[in-house]
Amino acid sequence: MKSNNMKAWLYLIPAILFLGIFMVYPLVDVFIYSFEEGYNFASQSFTGTGLFNYSYVLHDPYFLQALKNTLILVVITVPVSTGLALLISLGLSSIKPLKHVFQTVYFLPYVTNTLAVGLVFMILFKKTAYTDGLINMLIQWFGGSSVDFIDGPYWAKMFVLCFYTIWIVMPFKILILTSALASVKQDYYNAAKIDGTSALRTFGRITLPMISPMIFYLIITGFIGAFKAYQDAVALFGTDLNSAGMNTIVGYVYDMLYGDSGGYPSYASAAAIILFVIVLTITTINLMIRRKNVQY
Amino acid sequence: MKVVLDHLTKKFVSRGKDKRDIIAVNDFNFEIPDGKLIGLLGPSGCGKSTALNLISGLEVPTHGRIWFGDTDVTDLQPENRGVGLVFQNYALYPHLTVLQNILFPLQNLKGKDKLSKEVMKEKALEAARLVQIDQLLDRKPGELSGGQQQRVAIARALVKTPSVLLLDEPLSNLDARLRLQTREEIKRIQQETGVTTIFVTHDQEEAMSISDLIIVMKLGVIHQIGKPQEVYDDPTNLFVAEFLGTPPINVFAGRVSQETLYIGEEAVLPVPGISDQEVWAGIRPEGFLLDDQGPFTCQLLRVEVMGRDISVVSTHSNSKTDKAIRSIISTDNTVDKSSKTVRFSLKPHKVLIFNKETEERLYFGQTAAKTEG
Repeated sequence: MKSNNMKAWLYLIPAILFLGIFMVYPLVDVFIYSFEEGYNFASQSFTGTGLFNYSYVLHDPYFLQALKNTLILVVITVPVSTGLALLISLGLSSIKPLKHVFQTVYFLPYVTNTLAVGLVFMILFKKTAYTDGLINMLIQWFGGSSVDFIDGPYWAKMFVLCFYTIWIVMPFKILILTSALASVKQDYYNAAKIDGTSALRTFGRITLPMISPMIFYLIITGFIGAFKAYQDAVALFGTDLNSAGMNTIVGYVYDMLYGDSGGYPSYASAAAIILFVIVLTITTINLMIRRKNVQY
Repeated sequence: MKVVLDHLTKKFVSRGKDKRDIIAVNDFNFEIPDGKLIGLLGPSGCGKSTALNLISGLEVPTHGRIWFGDTDVTDLQPENRGVGLVFQNYALYPHLTVLQNILFPLQNLKGKDKLSKEVMKEKALEAARLVQIDQLLDRKPGELSGGQQQRVAIARALVKTPSVLLLDEPLSNLDARLRLQTREEIKRIQQETGVTTIFVTHDQEEAMSISDLIIVMKLGVIHQIGKPQEVYDDPTNLFVAEFLGTPPINVFAGRVSQETLYIGEEAVLPVPGISDQEVWAGIRPEGFLLDDQGPFTCQLLRVEVMGRDISVVSTHSNSKTDKAIRSIISTDNTVDKSSKTVRFSLKPHKVLIFNKETEERLYFGQTAAKTEG
């Protein structure tokens, strides 16, 4: 037994070393930086320790804007994309002809480069000197007045960002949910049919509980993914997100490290730790809800 | 309620390249009397489950009608037929407790059939008591043994007091000991409720032991319907004879000449009434009598003492399959194990003769007189 234990540790060493060097050490390092005031990479020096970095970040209007943007993005995109993906998956699993064609079509955004998709969205939404963009042309067709979605009002920009994020994350969710739906045995549906269960009740009492582990998985990863959003915003609004007012928390961290206002690793670390705490809290809450509801 | 199948046929259209349709159920015509336990028996892939699904309404027949009593239910949805179905793997909802599982069918009732919570609970408890799981109501199916899950599934099927109970391979997921116990249990529940019950099985022993009637089928066609013992003693063709009985019937290539059955060169039995022809001769294991002067000689392989009786294993060059011939004789006999051969005389009513081409039964002597009279 004891020698077996030794062997087990021996096998684990490569993974532990790798994770330790590339994950645990940087995390700890970031944590330390976040308490060191005015840390400088070049000279490896700092002026003092304390909570000043956190205080600065939490009072920085750019950070607050980024926090607000991120929260709106999370609250809107996670439920909407999961719900839509569930509807589409249900549709996909109830049709027979063309099922695979549709599955492929729905999966295409997943294999398409984010920046390329961003370009397509620009064409759809951006106002230029020559054209108002496809969406605006549609709005005008129906008698509305055109809106500048890329450089215009905040809600318009937020709408495009949410729309884009939902579109990008849906394929993966559809993929997971269609396979989850397919794994529910036909016998359960037959049993329900024999008992005269209505379609709504079959969905609520049988299908949904059966696939609930997968739905929770998607919600948790969806939350984490949305909190870490950055490249979607860049794809749509360019790299100067602060002036566009569309920055996200990760974008703020990046800007603090390398951006135009760059060179403040201490502030970046503090912002990163704040994000980490938020994500950790949300995930813990999610897991607690899951434990209460998914039980078999 | 009696169940009548009238020219019932189910064809599955082929999606493969060969374009051959599969006829899973071919022109079923029979009547199941009210309150009986019926075993639908056949090798796997013979269309038993399809027949069951047709009766339950999960499948729609290609031709023919299904009657429950005086009602034509062919076009009714499953829930309007009043059937209870127990699935092979039980299909219990894993996220619901035993009680919630049993309540599930009742909660679906709408309109004037809607029951109050108390009545539902009472009915569910009644069903649970019937199958003796009333102390397990708060468990999840995953925490139950196979036999207990089976009972829950039966309770769920019975809770709406169906007029017909259908069981799909009810014992196949249980171990040998539990299987024996559960089949008695099914018989008891069926007798207590008096519900017409049809169960599907590929295990002939299962079907023989508890059924009031068995229906033997193969490749979508019914071969014989009757009381288990009658079907065993008096099969209409070689398939039925070979399918029923453990150990199975021993089949030999033989011929009838001048109303005498020959196996090899030996004249083993007089068979009055059968014209001269090539035949299959089936001899039940219990049809052999150890007899030093007997007409039938086999090469002795070994003797297995089973306690209750002796099983003599031997070979014969005319055996239909190359399998050893198994004959069961009482322990009063002693077999000379040093001898290379063993001689038998045969019990005439345990010898079944079949046409070599059609494999239909050929009757002789008393059995011929009985069937004709």
